Amino acid sequence: MRADASRLGFYLLLAPILLWLVVLIILPHIGLFVVSISEKVGPREYETGFANYAAFFTEPLYWRTFARTAIMSIAATALTLILGFPIAYYIAKLTRGRTKTTLFLMCMIPFWVSELVRTFGWMILLRETGVISNALQSLGLVSGPVELLYNDAAIMVGLVYTSILFMVVPLVTTLDSLDDSLIEAGYDLGASSTAVMREIVIPHAMPGIVSGCIVVFMLSLGNYLTPILLGGKDSLWFTGMIYTQFITRFNWELGSAFGFLLLALSSLVIFVGLKLSRQSLTDTMGRA
Amino acid sequence: MIPTVPQPAFAKWCYRAYVTAFFVYLALPLTVVCVFAFNNSVFPSLPWEGFTLAWFFGTEAPFVGVFNERSILRSIGTSAFVATWVAGLAVAVGTCNAFLFVRHDFRGKSLLYMLMLLPLIIPGVVLGISILVFSSSVANTLEDATGLWFDGLRPGLILVILGQFSFITTFATLVISARLEKFDPSLEEAALNLGASKWGAIRQITLPFLLPAIVASAVVAILMSFENFNTTLMLVGSDSPLTITMFDKLKQGSTPVLNAVSLLLILASATLGLLSLLFQGKKR
Amino acid sequence: MTDPHPDLECRDLTKDYDAFRAVDQVSFDVPQGSFFSILGPSGCGKTTLLRMIAGFQSPSGGDLRIKGKSMIGVPPNKRPVSMVFQHLALFPTMNIGDNVGFGLRQRRVPRAEIRARVESVLERVGLPGVSARRVDQLSGGQKQRVAIARCMVLEPDVLLLDEPLGALDLKLREHMKVELKSLQAAFNTTFVYITHDQSEALVMSDNIAVMNKGRFEQIGSPHDVYHAPTTAFVAGFVGDANRIDARVARVDGRTLTLTAEAGGDIHVEAADTGLRVGEKAQVFLRPEAIALATTGEGQGPNRQRAQVDSVLFNGANSSVTVRADDGSVFKVALPQTGEFAALRRGDTVFTQWDPRQARCYASTGG
Repeated sequence: MRADASRLGFYLLLAPILLWLVVLIILPHIGLFVVSISEKVGPREYETGFANYAAFFTEPLYWRTFARTAIMSIAATALTLILGFPIAYYIAKLTRGRTKTTLFLMCMIPFWVSELVRTFGWMILLRETGVISNALQSLGLVSGPVELLYNDAAIMVGLVYTSILFMVVPLVTTLDSLDDSLIEAGYDLGASSTAVMREIVIPHAMPGIVSGCIVVFMLSLGNYLTPILLGGKDSLWFTGMIYTQFITRFNWELGSAFGFLLLALSSLVIFVGLKLSRQSLTDTMGRA
Repeated sequence: MIPTVPQPAFAKWCYRAYVTAFFVYLALPLTVVCVFAFNNSVFPSLPWEGFTLAWFFGTEAPFVGVFNERSILRSIGTSAFVATWVAGLAVAVGTCNAFLFVRHDFRGKSLLYMLMLLPLIIPGVVLGISILVFSSSVANTLEDATGLWFDGLRPGLILVILGQFSFITTFATLVISARLEKFDPSLEEAALNLGASKWGAIRQITLPFLLPAIVASAVVAILMSFENFNTTLMLVGSDSPLTITMFDKLKQGSTPVLNAVSLLLILASATLGLLSLLFQGKKR
Repeated sequence: MTDPHPDLECRDLTKDYDAFRAVDQVSFDVPQGSFFSILGPSGCGKTTLLRMIAGFQSPSGGDLRIKGKSMIGVPPNKRPVSMVFQHLALFPTMNIGDNVGFGLRQRRVPRAEIRARVESVLERVGLPGVSARRVDQLSGGQKQRVAIARCMVLEPDVLLLDEPLGALDLKLREHMKVELKSLQAAFNTTFVYITHDQSEALVMSDNIAVMNKGRFEQIGSPHDVYHAPTTAFVAGFVGDANRIDARVARVDGRTLTLTAEAGGDIHVEAADTGLRVGEKAQVFLRPEAIALATTGEGQGPNRQRAQVDSVLFNGANSSVTVRADDGSVFKVALPQTGEFAALRRGDTVFTQWDPRQARCYASTGG
C-alpha cells in the first residue's frame, strides 16, 4: 500500500512538469521546425522542402543581418564581461557586511524595472534634444545638437546596460566562494597581482564567467527592444526580421526558419562555450 | 587585490573611481526617466519648463495624466491579470518540480532536469513564435475537424499567460529547489514520528519552511511577467499588457506620461523586490 | 655558513586595531634551522603576529627582520617566507604538480627544471608520483604534505605554519606531529608554527613562546615552559595544573609558608617570587607531582588525607580527583603500575608533594 501511494505521489509530481515541457516547449519547437520546412504552393497547400532556408542563404540581407546580430551580441558579451568583472570582484572581495549588501542591491534594482523603461531612459539621454546632447552644448564641447541615438554604439550601450546584472550576479556568487586564503597563498608564493588573477581568481570564477556570458549572449541575441528603439527602424537585428515575417508579412514559414536559425545559433554558441570551459549546462545554469 | 595585500594608493583610487562611474551609469537612465515625469512640457526632454504633476493627475489634453489615461490603466489591469495567473501557475508547478527533483530519484532525472533548464536558453522571441505556430496549427486542425472556433488558441491573453509561464516556471523551480535542498528531512521524519500523516508533515513542516522561497519566486514571477516583452509581443491579441502599450506609444512619439508610468513602475517593482528580499532575510 | 643574523627577528612588533591592541610590543629571535612555536589561546594575537610576518597585515610599530633585512613595507609576494595556511589553501583548480610548481612558475624557472624540482620535493615529503592527481584525490595527511612541499620547493628562509593540523582527526594529528618535526629536521629550514594546542607545541618545538593578550609571557624550551613557567598564565595554560589560591604566612629565604583559602598550610620552595607576608598568591601544582599513598605512614611537608571523588580512567593519562579534608579538590595523576587498580570513589588516600615541585606567583587580581 505504502509503495503504491508513493508511486502515485511520484506520478502526480511528474505530470505537471511533463505537461509543461511537452506541451509548451518540445511540441511547439517540433511544430516550428515542421512549419519551417514547408513551402506554400497554394492557399492552404504546402510541400516539404528547404526553400525557406535556401531563401535565407541566397538573400544577402537575411544572412548579413544574422551575422551582424551574432557578432554584435558576442561583442556585447565580451564588453559586459570586461566591464562587469571588476565590479563583481569589488563587491565580492573588497567590501563586507552592509556595504556589500547595499552595492549588490544597487546593482539589482535597475533590473527589477522593465527593460522598456530602461531603454526609454537611454532614449531621453541620447537623443538629439536629450540630456547628454544638451550637457555637451552647455559645456561648449559641441556647437549644435548632436544625435547620439540610432547608431551601433547606442545599441551597444543599451545591450550592455540591459544585461550587465546577469553577468555581475553569477560572478559575485562564484567570487564570493573563493576563499581569501587562496589569494593570499598565491601572493605568499611570490605571484604578482596579474598572476594571481590569471592563475587563481579567473580559473575559480570560470563557472560564473561561463554562465554570465551565456545568459548575456542569449539576452543580446534575442533582444528586440534595444536595437529597435536605440538603433532605429533600420537597425537590422535578426529578431526584428522574425517579427516582420510573422506579423507584418505574415510569412510564417520563412519566419519559422529564421526562428530556428536563431535557436540553432544560440544553442551552438552555448555548446561551444560549455565545451571550451569544460562546464555542463546543469552546473552553470542550475545555480542561477 | 584583497584588503590584506597592500596595493598602491593610486591603483586603489582608480578602482574606486571606476566603481563609482559604473554606479552612475546604472542610475542615470532611471533617474532621467523619473525626473522628466515632472517636466511641464509635452516632450520628455530639455529644456526644463518647470515642475508639474499634470502627467499624473492632469485631465485636459495634451496634459492627460496616467490616472486619467484609459488605455494605460486598462493595460495595467491586463498586466496584473496575466501576472497573477503566471505567478500562481509557475509557483505551483515549480513547487511540484522542486519536490520531484530533490526528493525523488528516477531514470532520466538528469535528462529531465536539463530539459527543465532549456527555457532559459531559448530566446524569448523564438519561444513566442513556437507557441504561436503550434497553437495555431492545433486550432486549425481542431476547427477543420469539428467546425467549432477555438479562440483560446489564437493570439490573446491565454497564449500570453502560457508563453510567460513556459519560461518563468524554470526560475520558480530553481529558487524553490534551492531552498528545499537546505531542508533537513529529519524534521519531517520527526513529525511523522510524532504521529503526523505524510501530507500533514509536508503541510505543517516542509511548506512553511519553503514559504520564503515560494514568496520570493512569486514576486520574481510577477516582476518578470510585468516586464516581459519578447515572448508577449509574439502572442499578444487585442488586449495588450502594459509593456506592449507603452512600446506602441513610444513608437508613436513619447510624452512625459510615459515617464510617469515608468516612475510608478520603478517604485512598484523596487518596493516589491525589496519586500521579497526583506522577507527572505527575516526567515533565514 | 655562520650567519650573524638570526633568520627572523622581531623588535617591539605592535599591531593596533581601532580600539584594541592585538599584538603588544613583541620581541623575539628565531635562529636558523630551529622550530619555533607560538602557543596561545584563540584571540591572543598569534594569528595577527604570523600574518604580519607573512606580510598580510602591516605592523603599527616595531621592526621585523628576516636574515637581517627589514620587511616593513615589503609586500607578501616579495618576502622570503612561505606560509602553510590553516586550511592549506591548495588551489583546487590545479593538479598537485601545478600547485607545487606555482611559486617556481612565478619566478620564471624553466619548465623542465620546475618538473624536476617538483618531483624531487614531492619525493622528499614522501609522495612521489602524485603530480598528476587532483587536490581532492588526496587524503588529509597527504594534502598537508603537499602544502608543505609547495612552500619548501621555493627554499624559503622561514616557513610559517598556521595551525595546519587543526582540521585533522586525532590519530592523524598525532602522526603528523612527528612527521612535521622530522620534515623540519630534514629540510633544516626555520619553522614558525602557531597553535593553541600545547601538546603540538611541546612535541615539535625547539623553542616555544607562550602568548596571551598580545604579549609574550615566556619564551623557552618546551622543558622550561613546562617545568619552569615564569608566570601564572603559563603555568595554568601549559599542561594540567591544580591551582591553589593562598595567602603568604611566612617567608624564610627560599621557603614560603602559605595558608590556603580552604584552610591548611602549604610549603613551597621557590626563588625570586618577590612575595611578602600577607600577600595573595597562586600556587600551581602538576597532577603528576603529587604522590599518592593508600596508607597514612610517613612524614613530610604538604601531606594531606583525602577522599577519592572520581576515578578518570584514560590509559596512561589516568587520574583521580580527590577531595582533601579541608574541602579543596586536587587532580592527581594515577600511575598505571597496578598499585592503585582497586581505587574506588570514597576510598581514603594520602597525598604528598615536594615543596620544590610547586610554582608560586603573586595573585593578579583574578
